[in-house]
Amino acid sequence: MIHTPPIDWFGLSPVLTPIGASFVALLCAVLVPRAARRVVTASISSAGFVAAIALAVWLYIDSASGHTIAAGAYYRDRWTSLGQIIIFAVGLATTLLAVEHMPGWGRDADRSRRDDHVAEFFALLLASAAGMAFFVGAANLITLFLALEWFSITLYVMCAIDYDLEGSLEAGLKYLVVGSFGAATLLFGSALVYGATGTVSFSGIATAISSQGLTGDTFVVVGIALMIAGLAFKMSAAPFHMWTPDVYEGAPTTVTAWMSAATKVAALLLTFRVMTTAFPDDQHLWGWAFAIIATISLVIGNFAALVQKNVKRILAYSAIAQAGFMLIGLSTGSALGARAVMFYLIPYSAAAFGSFAIVAARERELGVPVTLDNLAGFGWERPFLGVAMWFFVFGFAGLPLTGGFVGKFYVFAAAYDHGWAWLVIVGVLATLVSLYYYLAIVRAMYMRPSAELAIAGGSPPRERLLQLAVGAALVVAVGSLFAVQPLIDLAEHAAASLPL
Amino acid sequence: MNASYLTSILIWLPIAGAVLIWFLPLSRYATGALALLVSFAEVGLWIKQAAHFDFSQPGLQMSERANWFGDLGVSYHVGVYGFSLWLVGLTVVGMAACTAYGFWVGRDRPRAYFGLMLLLTGATVGVFEAQDLLLFYAFFEAMLIPLYILIGVWGGARRMEATMKFVIYTMAGSLLMLAAIVAYGLQAGTFDLVDGPTSTSRWLFLGFMLAFVIKAPLFPFHGWLPDAYRQAPPEVAAVLSGVIAKAGLYGMLRIAITKFPEPTSFYRTAVLALAAASLIYGSLLAFRAADFRGVVAYSSLAQSGLIALGLFAGTDLGFAGAVLQMVAHGLISISLFLIAGAVERRTTTGEFRLLGGMARGRPALATLLMMVGVISLAVPGSASFAGEFLILAGVFQRAWWWAAIGAGAIVLAAMYMLRLISAVLHEARGSTVSDAALDLRPGELALVVPLVCGLLFLSAWPAAISNHSFFGPSPTAAVKSGFK
Repeated sequence: MIHTPPIDWFGLSPVLTPIGASFVALLCAVLVPRAARRVVTASISSAGFVAAIALAVWLYIDSASGHTIAAGAYYRDRWTSLGQIIIFAVGLATTLLAVEHMPGWGRDADRSRRDDHVAEFFALLLASAAGMAFFVGAANLITLFLALEWFSITLYVMCAIDYDLEGSLEAGLKYLVVGSFGAATLLFGSALVYGATGTVSFSGIATAISSQGLTGDTFVVVGIALMIAGLAFKMSAAPFHMWTPDVYEGAPTTVTAWMSAATKVAALLLTFRVMTTAFPDDQHLWGWAFAIIATISLVIGNFAALVQKNVKRILAYSAIAQAGFMLIGLSTGSALGARAVMFYLIPYSAAAFGSFAIVAARERELGVPVTLDNLAGFGWERPFLGVAMWFFVFGFAGLPLTGGFVGKFYVFAAAYDHGWAWLVIVGVLATLVSLYYYLAIVRAMYMRPSAELAIAGGSPPRERLLQLAVGAALVVAVGSLFAVQPLIDLAEHAAASLPL
Repeated sequence: MNASYLTSILIWLPIAGAVLIWFLPLSRYATGALALLVSFAEVGLWIKQAAHFDFSQPGLQMSERANWFGDLGVSYHVGVYGFSLWLVGLTVVGMAACTAYGFWVGRDRPRAYFGLMLLLTGATVGVFEAQDLLLFYAFFEAMLIPLYILIGVWGGARRMEATMKFVIYTMAGSLLMLAAIVAYGLQAGTFDLVDGPTSTSRWLFLGFMLAFVIKAPLFPFHGWLPDAYRQAPPEVAAVLSGVIAKAGLYGMLRIAITKFPEPTSFYRTAVLALAAASLIYGSLLAFRAADFRGVVAYSSLAQSGLIALGLFAGTDLGFAGAVLQMVAHGLISISLFLIAGAVERRTTTGEFRLLGGMARGRPALATLLMMVGVISLAVPGSASFAGEFLILAGVFQRAWWWAAIGAGAIVLAAMYMLRLISAVLHEARGSTVSDAALDLRPGELALVVPLVCGLLFLSAWPAAISNHSFFGPSPTAAVKSGFK
């Protein structure tokens, strides 16, 4: 007879709620008539995310002392909860965006195919959010891999969901192939670590490594290296970034907005947890590895962005560079670094989501991919979105308009505190390079005459929900510049869950 | 001090005004009027602040402190010293004049324009009042954002290159300053400027100084200056040279010299040499410049050099003269750029070969340009004569040859300023000067005359600033004590 372990259902509820909502949304695909489907499933999605946020907040308050649940498979602690709150908040914003910018809106003109896959889209969104939520709480190598595949597969489908577009299909396929390679690398690394230590639990691995003196063991070191490579694929850090520009460009912009913000949160928080929990004795190895990956990401991301014309590609390379900044915090492996990464993710995810949402709005009114050329005059035509965009990109650049400024300051402080002044200099120089393309976006929006453009026609669409989502992102991004102390306190409590 | 709320209000009132202007769908006229109202309210608040300031009291006054993020020791800490009080005054007066100029000219897209001008006001006041390094840095950078858009949208034909150069240059300096701030703050355990200890690190000193010499600017870091000053709208160029450049010089005084005494004396000769080079080189370029704004732009470079000479002389007279000269040159430079704008509006150009003979039939323009020009070339009895004399006397105490170089530059100043006056006002009538080009209108007079009155007041009583910038009889002792 197999004994089932006691399950803390409440602890798992932030994962179970969105997956439950996902099932309901799928049922709606067959049960709800087409005319009402978009409203009903969007409501279910919003309700699912709101409930999940509420539960995650409750768990954050209730889990001052973190511990594992479900037979050591999942961490119930504040690091998990805070990460989940950020992910679900982005999910809620994506839901708002998707109501007016459902991938495949190009088909809307054809009434017989209109809203064909609305329910499926929301179901996938909820399922991928649940997968990421499970991912940040993973406590052993099995749940880690399971959750990774869980949210990756849903993302592959989401990228390809606008199947009338070649770009979308190509993005889905490319992401599938490269992502599977990354996942396989991670799995192979996990297998080596398991082989060397005989355990899959993160804390067990740390104990085994220190008690059996496996710090320099070949299997462990190669295993760590492969795991780092696999995780770096997910956080789109260079040199594992090759898929990022193509997928971000090809995927429906709504999906890109979701992916760029949420995947990074999940991947970075989980990576921080794995490295500090499972391999504390090898910090001299992975610390350097991440410092080098951060440097490469900063160099490649920023320099490649300089020559791009397509705004989604610019933002994709900027996402690679931003991963570099956050990896600076990760590479220190310190409590200050953990706080820095956690704090950085809050304005970053708001700005990443918001900037892609604005691109989605422009894309819809033009009907063609958004480039620096056809962005001309956007700032004057849509004043609110224009101002929001310059806040977001200046925030990415680390100018003191959004919390991105404080985030950069924190990662630099973490690096300096760790004794890596050179990494501060690298970050500072990278910021300088990045200014060029971030300013190019602002310049395109405000400083070029829009007359030379043939706009698709008509007045700009009324996008109340998109504006609401962008407004919320703007409030978070700007608010995190002023309310630093409360957010840092949250991040500090979350970081206290890690063995730092 | 019970009036400490004024310190914060001076920073946040214009920023709140900017947000208000962006949200309220006001008409063109109402937008400008609201912005102007806020700018004048700023001047009024500053007068109140100055009235409450106790010059007989040492240390920081009207300070406010609130936690920003405590784990790294960063706080929202603002307050004023004597010298910062004068620079805040220069900022609010200058920005009010420039905002009024924008109103008078009727800039396009008024809501964006006036919002950005107010944002710039708030950020610049913030630079002069911040007493926490990170807060200082945040305001220092925040100045750049409205400037970038103001030049990029409302600037001249070659504004794109100008803005790009300007932003890349200044950010290169200030990002290295950020690295220096991180290092200084973590070493000291606090980012507070008042509590923070002095440091002997030469690297950190250089990190800070690079940002300041680019902002000021000093030779050879002035590459952004000619383009930015020529391509910016005249009132923005006025702000740039009159006010923003002073932020770099203020940074030298408040941070580089005060917090790094040992590196300051180590690099003193090098900085003095750069300052002297800026003074000579800027003056020569101003003498060769072919247009109105070019002369003013390069003379600003020269004046930055002169002020830096005073600051790094490290003597009582040098410090007092530098603060006086910062304010005097700020007022001069704003007036000159606004007059340049008025000339350009009438003739479509600032080039000397197309100008000339404007004095005939335009007495107000001629009188004002003449007065500002004469004050600027440091005629004895003028405010800038007092400032330059103090600076030269101060640097003479360091070594006589610095003063000799400086005195030579004053001769050059007379040359380029008289050349400017004669090329615009006298000589044969230029091809672009028509009879339709009117004299200064009452609205324009209302902008420039108060600035000139300020200059005349300082000419009459330069000690208002030079004796009221540092507590006690000896500015050097005040600097050495960290203004405690």
